[in-house]
Amino acid sequence: MKINNFLKNRKIPLAWLLLTRQPLRILVAIAGIAFAGILMFMQLGFRDGLFDASVTVHKLFDADLVLISPRSKSSISMSGFPRRRLIQAMAHSDVTGTTAVNWNFLLWRNPENLSTRSILALGFEPNKPLLIESDFERKAETLKNKGRVLFDDLSRDEFGPISKWFKAGRLVETEVAGKRVRVSGIVSLGPSFGADGNLITSSETYLELSPGNPKGSIEIGLVRLKKGSNIENVVRSLNLSLPSDVKVMSLKSFIDFEKNYWKSSTSIGFIFTLGAAMGFIVGCVIVYQILYSDVNDHLPEYATLMAMGYNLRSLLGVVAREGLILSIIGYIPAYVSGQALYALVRSSTKLPVEMSFSRASIIFCLILFMCMGSALAAMKKLADADPAEIF
Amino acid sequence: MKNINNNTLKIVSLNHWYGHGEMRRHVLQSVSMEISPGEVVLLTGPSGCGKTTLLTLIGALRKVQDGDLKVFGKQLFGASRKTRQNLRKNIGMIFQGHNLLRCLSAEQNVQMGADLLNGFSYKARRAQAREWLRAVGLEDHLSKLPHDLSGGQKQRVAIARALAARPKLLLADEPTSALDSSTGREIVDLLKKLASEQSCSVLMVTHDPRILDVADRLLRMEDGQILPSV
Repeated sequence: MKINNFLKNRKIPLAWLLLTRQPLRILVAIAGIAFAGILMFMQLGFRDGLFDASVTVHKLFDADLVLISPRSKSSISMSGFPRRRLIQAMAHSDVTGTTAVNWNFLLWRNPENLSTRSILALGFEPNKPLLIESDFERKAETLKNKGRVLFDDLSRDEFGPISKWFKAGRLVETEVAGKRVRVSGIVSLGPSFGADGNLITSSETYLELSPGNPKGSIEIGLVRLKKGSNIENVVRSLNLSLPSDVKVMSLKSFIDFEKNYWKSSTSIGFIFTLGAAMGFIVGCVIVYQILYSDVNDHLPEYATLMAMGYNLRSLLGVVAREGLILSIIGYIPAYVSGQALYALVRSSTKLPVEMSFSRASIIFCLILFMCMGSALAAMKKLADADPAEIF
Repeated sequence: MKNINNNTLKIVSLNHWYGHGEMRRHVLQSVSMEISPGEVVLLTGPSGCGKTTLLTLIGALRKVQDGDLKVFGKQLFGASRKTRQNLRKNIGMIFQGHNLLRCLSAEQNVQMGADLLNGFSYKARRAQAREWLRAVGLEDHLSKLPHDLSGGQKQRVAIARALAARPKLLLADEPTSALDSSTGREIVDLLKKLASEQSCSVLMVTHDPRILDVADRLLRMEDGQILPSV
């Protein structure tokens, strides 16, 4: 019924015709809007991708809750807490298992050119779960021998061609913190802001590699709960029952805690958001230029329409619709190019840059806002259309 | 005796000035005139005598500064912008240049006039637009852009557009000035024929001495005053 009414009452689509009968102008407009959109997609995509990269290991933890020291600020500055707290946590009826994790940076020697570089080392008891990754348990088995480590093949190339050598069947041995270790397996975690590479080893080997580590002190405690337990409730009751030298949080808040550090305590967020803002401003200027010159060129025609009896409001509507049309046809190429560029970035930098629905809609809103704001500014020019002047 | 309210147009001692202070010019000096329904009135006079100003005032495109100006019985002196805007829908205008919308085809241009009418469906309005183009002899040029039409054809489209809004008063400002004499003659004859079919009054400003005979009445203007008819 409504659609029928609409079809019946519709008028000549003046905005559409004004735009499409000037192919060059609309092409420039689309290119400008798409450029601004691509810039925003890239900057915001990089920003979110970098934040996501900072939690690549966190996301793989096989845990419902995480215990950390209240003095820990981020993955690059973890403080220790007594390992006993995990045993105390076991007393809660919903807790089914725990894993004590040591987490610190150690010096890795590149076996090819013998240079050293800081690597993030995780130590845990190999018979307990650590990561949700296929085939991890079998690889963890190999750590039960002393002096064995699992190497992250997504680590930066500066650590040496470890996984290439390992897969070729070579015996890969090198030094970590001045002690000899042998690579007994390959995992895929990914580098982050803080860590250029990762290795996993047993608690025993870990303590040998970093003898300064206080006995019974760990950096992260993983806690697994019964299926169907209320995570929020357990977090609350554990925080109440455990001493204040430990902080309990859900895995999700642990991930947010880490992301938040990079967002709020570094300039990364600011830099990329500023980049996106630049794209937005460039887009505004382009769309405003296009719409302004469009109104200016058609001023006598707008004046004629006013003389015919069209009121100012319906003419403002024409300009507004031009803005709306531009935003929609400019967004489509921006979205498609954004997808393509994300794929390119993923394959060349290993950063987890994905098109998310929320980012896609935020950028659409920004483009819409950009076009409508520019249309609004261009409407001022319509006031110059004086029908008395056209006789 | 005619009832005043029946007049399409009634002007009593209308004055208009341009500029301020020393530069102020009295362009219309106590102009009075009237037009009855269906009447075709031609207004002639040297350029700069105030003809166009008078036309824009009647067309509700300018604010009346002083005097009585009633179109279809509506007082325009002190009328709000909205009143003037609504009134314009009932006044057709044909300009010296055709002033067609460049991005619209002939048919769409005429439909811009028909679109001002309420209560007709899109299809009906389009059919009306075609009907008017047929009336002005352009049925074969419906989808041409103004760019591809000759001067006479463009002016025909402009006439069709003005009449498509079914005005009761048509104002034309030198509609033949851009045309050669035979085309100009054709256009004016067509204008008069179609206007009288609609019983639409016409006020036409012209310099062109060859078309004066289409008028029911001829008015001469000089120095902002209408001369007493001879």
